[in-house]
Amino acid sequence: MPLNPTVAAITLRATLGRRRALLFAIAPVILIVLTLVLRAGRPPGTLWPERVLGDFGFSVLLPLTALVIGTSVLGAEIDDGSIIHLLATPVRRRDVIATKFVVASVLTMLFTAVPELIAGLIAPSGAKLAFALFAGALVGSVIYSAVFVMVSTITARAIAVGLLYVLIWEALLANFVGGARILSVGHYALGVANAIAPDQALNAGLSLTTSLVMAIVVAVGALVLATRRLTSFVITGDSA
Amino acid sequence: MTTPNPAPPRPATSAGLADAIELRNVSRWYGNVVAVNDITMTISPGVTGLLGPNGAGKSTILHMIAGFLAPSRGELTVAGRPSWRNPQVYETLGLVPERDSVYAFLTGEQFVRSTARLHRLPDPDAAARRAIDMTEMADAAGRKISTYSKGMRQRIKVAAALVHDPRILLLDEPFNGMDPRQRLHMMDLLGKLGAEGRAILFSSHILEEVERVASTIQVMVAGRLAASGDFREIRRLMTSRPHVFSLRTSDDRRLAAALMGRPDVAAVELTGKGLSVRTTDYGAFTRQIAVLARAEGIRLRELQPTDESLESVFGYLIGASPNAS
Repeated sequence: MPLNPTVAAITLRATLGRRRALLFAIAPVILIVLTLVLRAGRPPGTLWPERVLGDFGFSVLLPLTALVIGTSVLGAEIDDGSIIHLLATPVRRRDVIATKFVVASVLTMLFTAVPELIAGLIAPSGAKLAFALFAGALVGSVIYSAVFVMVSTITARAIAVGLLYVLIWEALLANFVGGARILSVGHYALGVANAIAPDQALNAGLSLTTSLVMAIVVAVGALVLATRRLTSFVITGDSA
Repeated sequence: MTTPNPAPPRPATSAGLADAIELRNVSRWYGNVVAVNDITMTISPGVTGLLGPNGAGKSTILHMIAGFLAPSRGELTVAGRPSWRNPQVYETLGLVPERDSVYAFLTGEQFVRSTARLHRLPDPDAAARRAIDMTEMADAAGRKISTYSKGMRQRIKVAAALVHDPRILLLDEPFNGMDPRQRLHMMDLLGKLGAEGRAILFSSHILEEVERVASTIQVMVAGRLAASGDFREIRRLMTSRPHVFSLRTSDDRRLAAALMGRPDVAAVELTGKGLSVRTTDYGAFTRQIAVLARAEGIRLRELQPTDESLESVFGYLIGASPNAS
């Protein structure tokens, strides 16, 4: 994948600047603290690790963190117009998208998959489930990042659109309408986790093969569309 | 995931880029609104001013040249290649956008050096230093851009646009927000870059800015090219157009009668508050009016041109220019 180190460095500084890393860390800290509290207060043998790490981790922590990071890496520059300085160079647009996508994926993994692993190891459900959730969160980070980078090339209201998608599609429809799972990034992640550590309580609705094939299709499709959109980037504003 | 292949560049002339930018019958519309209407122009090496009032279509033209807007119709090339969906034009093109947003968390030096790296220059540090020196930003280069004044931001944007030594430079309203000293410096810099054989195209709605720095101008009015060519010729058109003056004197009726016999006066009207005089020769009228009043024993209390807005100048040029369409 053609990455541009200068684009990556600028993106990292812009995304993590102004103490934003602290903002990204809020949800992971809540997950870990919640796990510690539940471990101290509940007897082993209950299903709470799957509920907290699976439901809260994959339905709330993962998509919302990916949304904030995925729309920040490119959408913020498009919003304030500084993207022009990047695009007024011969850098290929696919390299810009690929770099932004990789930065978003790595940061999302850092703020979701790693806390899932830590919380999984703290919980009494065993290391296998912890690593399974970690692997699922890695896959989810990559796919969500591709989707949200794409969304920020399509609309100036990427956060609002992404939030509606997460709350309505991922949290509601994908959990209650069976057919919607085929287009649910959260279920691709759960499918991977469930294949490593099979667990009814995870409510995984897709097989490993379906999850991986659909994950690749969605990620590649999103990145192709994002590249096309950035290649046709238009300066908006007055026509003075 | 592919980027369209750039069209092969046309052969360069011995002078480098004889026709750096070419627009042939270019139009751009948004729904039913025509922003730019059938523009044909060629920008050659030297400094060219794109002059016009707000809303004339200057930024639309610059955005199309910069590859950030597709022409709805017509043909547009930069150094022989179409710029739309073709980032490779930035090998020979530099852009200074009007919008003030830069990566404010970087220092000036980091910003220019990053741009050099994005251009894959062999020695980004040396290229950045050279561009920063050209814009006289060396003293402030170590500071974060967030601490810069508007004028300093403008100069660091110019440094970034110049870092790869482009043959063509586009600047959108480069003098906005600059103090007089910074304006002079920017004018000197543009003049120098033009004299070195680069094609510099900048937009402005201020006549004096364009007059000071550009040898060639393109005048835009309401999306159309009202006049183009040598600045002195267009200036002559502007000053020889009919002008309307309002006058208040000690005896309006007698001065009106005296003015009626003059060849440079087309019409005189008593307005109640004074006189309205339409002259066909701005220079002759302004030189002779005081002499005439003194000879008639009339005191001039007020003499004021009433239609000096850019819009009226440009409006006149639409009709008067030989390039009017």
